[in-house]
Amino acid sequence: MQLTSCVTIQNVSFWYGNNQALFDVNMTIPQHAVTAFIGPSGCGKSTFLRCLNRMNDRIDGAKMTGTIKLNDQDIRDRSVSVEALRRTVGMVFQKPVPFPMSIYDNVAFGPRTHQLARGRALDELVEKCLIDAALWDEVKDKLKSSAMALSGGQQQRLCIARTLSVSPDVILMDEPCSALDPNSTHRIEELITRLKNHYTVIIVTHNLQQAKRISDMTGFFLRGELVEFGPSDTVFGTPERKETDDYINGRFG
Amino acid sequence: MTSLATTPVLVKRRVLNALFQALCGICAIIAIAVLGYVLWFLFRQGITYFKPSFFTRLPDNVNPALGGIKHSILGSVNILGIALSISIPIGILSGVYQAEANGKLCQVVRFLTDVLNGIPSIVIGLFIYAIWILPYAQKHPGQGYSGIAGGAALGIMMIPLVMRTTDEMLHLVPQSLWDASLALGTPRWRTMLFVVLPAARNGIVTGVMLALARVAGETAPLLFTVLGNEFLAPITGPVDALPLRLYKYATSSDPVQNAMAWSTALTLILIILILSILARFFTRAGKSY
Repeated sequence: MQLTSCVTIQNVSFWYGNNQALFDVNMTIPQHAVTAFIGPSGCGKSTFLRCLNRMNDRIDGAKMTGTIKLNDQDIRDRSVSVEALRRTVGMVFQKPVPFPMSIYDNVAFGPRTHQLARGRALDELVEKCLIDAALWDEVKDKLKSSAMALSGGQQQRLCIARTLSVSPDVILMDEPCSALDPNSTHRIEELITRLKNHYTVIIVTHNLQQAKRISDMTGFFLRGELVEFGPSDTVFGTPERKETDDYINGRFG
Repeated sequence: MTSLATTPVLVKRRVLNALFQALCGICAIIAIAVLGYVLWFLFRQGITYFKPSFFTRLPDNVNPALGGIKHSILGSVNILGIALSISIPIGILSGVYQAEANGKLCQVVRFLTDVLNGIPSIVIGLFIYAIWILPYAQKHPGQGYSGIAGGAALGIMMIPLVMRTTDEMLHLVPQSLWDASLALGTPRWRTMLFVVLPAARNGIVTGVMLALARVAGETAPLLFTVLGNEFLAPITGPVDALPLRLYKYATSSDPVQNAMAWSTALTLILIILILSILARFFTRAGKSY
């Protein structure tokens, strides 16, 4: 595994009002690998994921301390534009959310926003993203039709294509398969495994088998604390902490 | 194991269920029946003069039965066009403001638009008369009434309605759609303009159509602003409108004109119906939330 670090998290704590959701999280997420966060509901893993592209910024009363560095750049530095950060750190959500427009326009939306391509170049970019998201063959003949007519699994792959369209370095995935059937889940897992060759993938999942299958690194969250973080083989094989062992073996959570 | 036998509780539940279902059904039928009766009555009364010449001719003083209401139709369409072009931009933009901003000013604006919504339409007509038509007429005797002023009065009435629907429809757009767009690094203004507003489009269009339908039949604000006219006239002066024509014919002593009032009412309803169908047709594409 490559050891280049990508995202460095130091002493991150997070509050919703008076309610502390994260307690002093420290970790280093490697580049071009899949890092999975597991843990019971409400353990803060989604909150943590959303800190990485500052999606929590606009929540009333939310407060974060500590530093998150992306390639040695503090993402909360005043010189960092949140739009540029989110372009670099893309996100795929739990429920597939296509925009209410055509399949083509869904993928072209990001590049148009950031003025990355137009005309023929935009066509090629859209095609490339749809190919990378393993959706091209299913939609190449109906690019102009509404994205809302696609199946759930296709919509999620469309959302992944949309995320790829602005060429991010890091892709955050918040339980991307939890609303999908096993077949679609399998396709997305294959896709994630391929994506890590070019992108750093960080995924939150409730599915322990999934975390074990696709991730290189695993972090276990419990009540807002990062209990254990290490190579997935270790976390799932010989965890250091008793809580991790209990959770993985279904003794609680 | 739970028994499968019918218990008194289940029987009671079943009876209550049937009762309330019947009540809901009866109320729905009553509501639709009233509407149906109004439409049927209007149709039966109005069909007498509902023929091509009614729409292509002006009132005929010699033989009223040969006259038409072409100028009223054109006047109404123009006045409503002006009302739309005033209320759509102001209503939608202030609706966006209501949905996105929060704070004191926002609450004040919301309260004031509720007040505006509650003002009787005749007062809005008088308002336009007092601040626009009267001062103008004092400077230019014999002038002042105009279709534009009438459009402004109806536009003012539509603003709170359009604003409220826009606000409500924008709140119905799920946060997840916002998140999906923001997560691409899209600025908020672009997300609103190209993702959220299109998602709320169908609801907003329906709201605008409802507001339009509501003001299309308003007579009082037009009495003080457009005055009415027996001839085809430019929108910058006194023109005729369907509600004014309806009012005039309905209160006339001539039985022919009384009958024509029904045809005028039928025309007004049909125009609103056609506009609603067109709006539906053009917003059909694309799912809304």
